[in-house]
Amino acid sequence: MLFSLLIAPAAAEAALPPSNPGTPPMSDSPWSLLPAASANAEALDTLYIFFWILCGIAFVGMIGVQAYFMWKYKKPAEGHAKTSPLTHNGKLEFIWSAIPTFFFVILFAWGEIEFMKQATPPPDAMDVRVTGQKWSWTIEYPEVKGCSLTNDLYVPVGKPMRLTMTSVDVIHSFYLPAFRLKKDVVPGRYTVLWFEATKPGLYPLMCTEYCGDEHSSMVGRVHVVAAEEYDAVLAKACELKQGDTESAEDFGARVVVRGGCASCHTTDGTVKTGPSFKGLFGRTETLADGSTVTIDENYIRESILEPNAKIVSGFSPQMPSFAGRFDDKQIAALIAYIKAQK
Amino acid sequence: MSSAVQSHDPHPAVEPSYLVSKRGLMSWLVTVDHKRLGLMYLASVMFFFLIAGILAIILRTELFTPDQDFMSAQTYNQVFTLHGAIMVFLFIIPSVPAALGNFLLPLMLGAKDVAFPRLNLLSFYVYSAGAVFLIAAILTSGLDTGWTFYTPYSTSTGTAVITATTGVFIAGFSSILTGLNFVVTVHKMRAPGMNWNRMPLFVWAIYSTAVIQVLATPVLAITLLLLIIERSLGIGIFDPAMGGDPVLFQHFFWFYSHPAVYIMILPGFGIISELVTVHSRKHIFGYKAIALSSVAIAVISFVVWGHHLFVSGQSELAGVLFSFLTFAVGVPTAIKTFSWVATLYKGSIQYNTACWYGMAFLWTFTVGGLTGLPLSTLAIDVHLHDTYFVVAHFHYVMVGGTVVAFIGGLHHWWPKMTGKMFNETAGKIGCLLVFIGFNVTFMTQFFLGHQGMPRRYYAYLPEYQVMHQVSTIGSYILAVGLLWTLIYLVHSLFKGEKAPSNPWGAVSLEWQTQSPPIEHNFHETPHIHGSPYDFPEIDKSGAGGHH
Repeated sequence: MLFSLLIAPAAAEAALPPSNPGTPPMSDSPWSLLPAASANAEALDTLYIFFWILCGIAFVGMIGVQAYFMWKYKKPAEGHAKTSPLTHNGKLEFIWSAIPTFFFVILFAWGEIEFMKQATPPPDAMDVRVTGQKWSWTIEYPEVKGCSLTNDLYVPVGKPMRLTMTSVDVIHSFYLPAFRLKKDVVPGRYTVLWFEATKPGLYPLMCTEYCGDEHSSMVGRVHVVAAEEYDAVLAKACELKQGDTESAEDFGARVVVRGGCASCHTTDGTVKTGPSFKGLFGRTETLADGSTVTIDENYIRESILEPNAKIVSGFSPQMPSFAGRFDDKQIAALIAYIKAQK
Repeated sequence: MSSAVQSHDPHPAVEPSYLVSKRGLMSWLVTVDHKRLGLMYLASVMFFFLIAGILAIILRTELFTPDQDFMSAQTYNQVFTLHGAIMVFLFIIPSVPAALGNFLLPLMLGAKDVAFPRLNLLSFYVYSAGAVFLIAAILTSGLDTGWTFYTPYSTSTGTAVITATTGVFIAGFSSILTGLNFVVTVHKMRAPGMNWNRMPLFVWAIYSTAVIQVLATPVLAITLLLLIIERSLGIGIFDPAMGGDPVLFQHFFWFYSHPAVYIMILPGFGIISELVTVHSRKHIFGYKAIALSSVAIAVISFVVWGHHLFVSGQSELAGVLFSFLTFAVGVPTAIKTFSWVATLYKGSIQYNTACWYGMAFLWTFTVGGLTGLPLSTLAIDVHLHDTYFVVAHFHYVMVGGTVVAFIGGLHHWWPKMTGKMFNETAGKIGCLLVFIGFNVTFMTQFFLGHQGMPRRYYAYLPEYQVMHQVSTIGSYILAVGLLWTLIYLVHSLFKGEKAPSNPWGAVSLEWQTQSPPIEHNFHETPHIHGSPYDFPEIDKSGAGGHH
């Protein structure tokens, strides 16, 4: 199940209706199923509604006149009616050039004003780093030491946040529909996106620049939480230690979520970009050069830290290295988890 | 009968038509007759339309449920890439100019052929060679970059990017040669008396298109060449890992591909200008405004490419300028649309298939045009960019605009091209199916896009399922309509009634020769004395051209 990831983490999801877990709740607005969860989203929805009214009038007016003419001036059953010698009318043509121009200028100016707001983060914005890679988002929070999450963006209500983004491979695009924002994430440079959330909840985050096989799986979660809860929620989310009563396998399942492993590795036997974890451990595989390898603890550890060292025939070198992201205990738990997928 | 043309035809239909004047396969393969080449292009583009259409139905079927159904992610990515690349480079770009344009341009100008008939034959084979390369790419290791070939994905993927871009590069030269041929033909081959104000608007549209083809296509060729150099020689141009700039590719690519959108739609505008006048028996409203707006669109189209990069990280100032210029294209487009509607005023409108397609175009193209406005509006584009809203918008322009106009034009000129009449009732049923199927398919995608559904996803969030299913059902209706159309048109070739030389009572020159025309088009060089829209039904008893 591709989007089962959206259901996985248990923190701060209480606000969601159970029938619709993990995905954006239906909004009250008839204009959109999506909630408007930032100041920018509310401003843009007003502009969008203005556009619909304007274009609705233009469309109905034009098609109405067309339909009327078609009905009124239908050819008689026999022969043709005499038709008008009209070839042009300067006054009419001036009017129908000027009116669209007038409204185009309004749309342009309105769009420009909101765009400049989107492009200008306030100086006191909190900084978060985003790295795109095939096919997950790594999100780092400088205020919590060593905190690096995969596909989970935590945002406090009412405090501006600035994302500084880059990519390690191809171009991705960071899209937050509930905030009506997106920005391309480009290798070799930083791009910036900022917002101020207004409504607590869980919203989707998606990649909108085609980036290869699992582009569709590059979906994450935006957790908007009350400002006073933010530090505690983030600290809890950043913690990745085995609980006192937690088995290595259960802890490993949390590590898998943290690493975003499921965008390429399934547990039901379906082969995506990487091999499925199901029945993986202990198998003997043939590498591209013809030699064979047994999938054991050492092979898995090496594949996490140095993914391109030994690639099984039929797969391509797509996996990023997790060296520095996971410590030994976490890797051990991950191995225990993979072992358990029989 | 007609006051515009004095073409005394002393021996009608004694000469054989262009279809039978020479016989045998070789007479087709090495023909330099613009009409035969037009038919050969027509057969080719229809073949690729069918292939890419089948791919589209496969895509829509996969999208019927949110999860992966019967295609792997890799297959889905290859199928949408091929759908786009074949539709754009092998179908839409050559559809109207190379197929209908080739056939009609010399006829409408009163010429025997295009200016360079042999070059015209070469264009066809260059196009075929490009198509062979694209097909070879599909058959070897596929192509999964999207039709836009964005770097650095396209420089790092393992699929047949070099073969495919070589195909597009070659097909581009066909486009350049055809454009060059048409520009010279319009300047040099007009019949005596046909000044610029007496050219049919289809000719104006094809002329504007040809200018863009000549000026913009070389940029695409250079861009693709740079991409090939980067991939094969490892020289860093676009790939940041080698010191290149990936966004530079987007600037280069859209510098061609935005004008290319107008290469695709301007000829459609030309067809609609002919359809609304001939089938309403009225002089076109605002001839000069329509002709000059084609030229204005052609010029402005070169300076709007940056609206594809509003969220790419390009400077805000550039974004603002490109947004403004994009709105500027809207004005001449609006003028055209209003002029077509005004042409119907006090006409005598004949409800036939070609007319219905013209009327359908006014609906679909208006939707396509209006939904371009939020995409030109900077802040809204930030939300809608790369979602299904964009997919719906460009399908309304490309399919609702160009393809609907193309099919309408095909019906309008079918009697002239083939010498056969098709069944009007069958035609109207087909038009209705296409119109309904098209709107059901793509109208829903505007709502999907506004609710955040990104492009190029083979699996999606479950909320979007209902609208995806409506869209898929619509695509089946559209497919049935198009297949139905293909069937009755082919049927008419064998069983259709013989077409008279001027079944619609049109005034422009292509109708003043027999159907199908003789090899050299006219028995005598026609002399032009008036407008191509001076219909005999027009009431001249009143006070001149104003009301």
